[in-house]
Amino acid sequence: MSASIVSRRSFLKVSTLAGGGLMLAFNGLDKVLAGTVAEDVLFAPNAYIKIASNGIVTLMATNPEIGQGVKTSLPMLVAEELDVDWQKVVIEQAPLDTVKFSRQSAGGSGSVRSSWEPFRKAGAAARKMLVDAAAQTWNVSPDECVTENGWVIHKPSGKKLEYGALASKASGMTVPTEVTLKDPKDYKLIGKRIPNVDNKKIATGKQPFGIDTKREGMLYVMVARPAAFGKKLKSFDDTAARALPGVKNVVSFDNKIAVLATSTWEAKKGRDALKIEWEDEVALESTAEHQENLKKLTQQKHEIPKRTDGDAEQALAGAKKVLESVFEAPFLPHAPLEPMNFFADVRDDKVELYGSTQVPARVRAEVAKALNIGEDKISVGVSRIGGGFGRRLQADYAIEAAKISQLAKSPVQVMWTREDDMQGGYYRPAGMYRYRAAIDQNNELSAWYLVASSVNQDNASRQDNFPAGAIPNFRVDSHRLNSAISTGPWRAPNHNFLAFSEESFLDEIATELKKDTVAFRLELLDRAKSNPAGKLTYDVDRYKAVIKLAAEMGKWGTPAGKGIFKGFASHFSFGSYAAQVAEISITGGKLKVHKIYCAIDCGRVINLSGAETQVEGGIIDGLGHALYGELLFEKGATVQKNFNTYKLIRMPDAPAIEVRFIDSNENPQGLGEPGLPPVAAAVNNAIFNATGQRIRRLPLSLATLLSDQVDRNR
Amino acid sequence: MAQYNLQVNGKKVQVEVSPDTPLLWVLRDTLGMTGTKFGCGIAQCGACTVHLNDNAVRSCSLPVSSVGNNKITTIEGLSEKGDHPVQLAWDEADVPQCGYCQAGQIMSAAALLKRKPQPTDQDIDTAMAGNICRCGTYKRIRTAIHAAAAKKGGKS
Repeated sequence: MSASIVSRRSFLKVSTLAGGGLMLAFNGLDKVLAGTVAEDVLFAPNAYIKIASNGIVTLMATNPEIGQGVKTSLPMLVAEELDVDWQKVVIEQAPLDTVKFSRQSAGGSGSVRSSWEPFRKAGAAARKMLVDAAAQTWNVSPDECVTENGWVIHKPSGKKLEYGALASKASGMTVPTEVTLKDPKDYKLIGKRIPNVDNKKIATGKQPFGIDTKREGMLYVMVARPAAFGKKLKSFDDTAARALPGVKNVVSFDNKIAVLATSTWEAKKGRDALKIEWEDEVALESTAEHQENLKKLTQQKHEIPKRTDGDAEQALAGAKKVLESVFEAPFLPHAPLEPMNFFADVRDDKVELYGSTQVPARVRAEVAKALNIGEDKISVGVSRIGGGFGRRLQADYAIEAAKISQLAKSPVQVMWTREDDMQGGYYRPAGMYRYRAAIDQNNELSAWYLVASSVNQDNASRQDNFPAGAIPNFRVDSHRLNSAISTGPWRAPNHNFLAFSEESFLDEIATELKKDTVAFRLELLDRAKSNPAGKLTYDVDRYKAVIKLAAEMGKWGTPAGKGIFKGFASHFSFGSYAAQVAEISITGGKLKVHKIYCAIDCGRVINLSGAETQVEGGIIDGLGHALYGELLFEKGATVQKNFNTYKLIRMPDAPAIEVRFIDSNENPQGLGEPGLPPVAAAVNNAIFNATGQRIRRLPLSLATLLSDQVDRNR
Repeated sequence: MAQYNLQVNGKKVQVEVSPDTPLLWVLRDTLGMTGTKFGCGIAQCGACTVHLNDNAVRSCSLPVSSVGNNKITTIEGLSEKGDHPVQLAWDEADVPQCGYCQAGQIMSAAALLKRKPQPTDQDIDTAMAGNICRCGTYKRIRTAIHAAAAKKGGKS
């Protein structure tokens, strides 16, 4: 249903209900969205719900599913308040529709946080209308009716009607302006273990991803892009490519050459047959010079600090002792297992875009701009996505597909090889973080001064991160190093490295002060509560609770088995608190991570199974990149091209993981990212406990430690 | 271009492609069977894993010309009704996150169980080391393989 036929009255009413988060197409048959199961949809009270006469309830999955579980958890919110049998629910992925839905994106661990209230209200409003319809049918008061598993029951008489039978009548009911949400103690879905709704399709190969898109007359495309950042196209000869079987067209644009063919393999062979001359547009960059320039920046004070409490410089000048450590972060590619790809069919009067994107609205806006076509002519369909990690927050690959389709006048599926993807940019930027800490005459931590530097970022810090608030003299500066290498958000942006540096440095300070590292953090948090310095962006009690729980889970303070060493770290990000204990051993100079214990407070857990796997996956992701992740550059090109040289964590390296959630009635917070940040520091601090030596750059390399100390057994 | 007679999931199919075309692209582009995924193209990630007879192989690096009369099984043909013990265990253990690598993981796990009905953790490490899960579902993959093994053991 298009917005134009929504009555203004009902639109406004329900918008008010949902605080603007719920925009409605109201009343009646939704021909546009009707799927096969829901062809006889009689009741579509809002954009999230369709109820057919056979009782089948279709719930819309509004947000892109990149593996963070929102295709399951968001419909659960609606279903809980609708009080419907989950087994009878069909989940349908919604295309981009900025009129009906708000925030159709996957990023910032924000889907559940922003949907928690409007989605439940959508379910509750529909439930109320079904109850009203039943009450009217039976000529009883709605107050005498209850709902259960997709039925309305008249309590006094025991009469009952299924939602499907009420659907038609319910569509004539008034949209409630206010709804009562369930008491959490009555939850039947929220907080339970609900399996991923696409499991069966995934396990049988029937679940399509963006890369599986096929359309009539579609051509497969491979694109030759500049072989290094800073290069541009000088000339090319496509004679040989065009002569190959299956190659249908070659088009060039924006320093790129696209080969269109009837299969992926033919497109690839066509691209390989292009004779291309690239030329340098700007000086080509290498890792060594990045490191040198980042280091220089960390030696400079920035005129405008990101945060300042007290006077860190003065406290450092008057300190009894100053600790200083510099931590280094490499570039990281996102390397989702589904390489970039996108489908585009650009016609004169309409444009169809389809595929794996975390940001369909951005894709539409940027394609509209690039093609100079109105957004109203562009549709964007969202497939299930083979991983995002931030890479699919960019629209580059969709714009590219659209341009090729426009130039070649053909529907196209643009395919990237792994090598294309690795050289494709938008990396986690490299950075350097110089910390100084002052220990005063009373043996207290009196000052903290971080000078950060990072590629293409004005602020590589999260200046309000703990221990901000706990230290009277505190300052954070951040410098930008410009680069031709494109960068962007990467799962838990900045947090993904900051937790490593902050929590490793805190461990260094605790060691210097001869304090237990866990007790030291608790002491700092008590200080932040009793005598806060500047503003606090975290809740001290919740922070302390996860630290204590993780310490308990990992039996902090008691020895693990022979040769096993423990390390601790905690971090607050995206509204959630996480603390971890790592157990490691080092044998023959080789590090083995045995187990990670994680305590986490993400507010109320929506889907226990999904929540647990997000944290486990975040730990594996954080650990894998801490152990192996490093993308080096030589003359503007990545040194690592594929998974033979760019190592990702695999089964044999995956440790045992134990996750426990703080039982909470607080609103749900982010969970796709918060499990990741602490693990690198937890492992690093364990390495220190095993070897007495500090590693200050990622990936963690034992080769940098003295060899006689890496084999220490207790 | 050349003609090849392949046996895919118990059916004979004829394709006309160039001899160097990897089996992966024959399956995906020529036959439209997209359950088998592309991840790296150099047999490093395992997303493209299929069975050649009973062995797990990387179809991205297997030219169609070398397939011959060997029987190819893809994720679509692992079981008729999607009820192979490994497929069921994957749902029960709620393994997938994004799900992209899981067809390959399941094919590797199924080949392992055929060879070793009761695999140890060490066996799982070795057999599954060739399959990358970028979401990090390894713990649940291990759980699911053990569960599938228990189920198979119970049946026989």
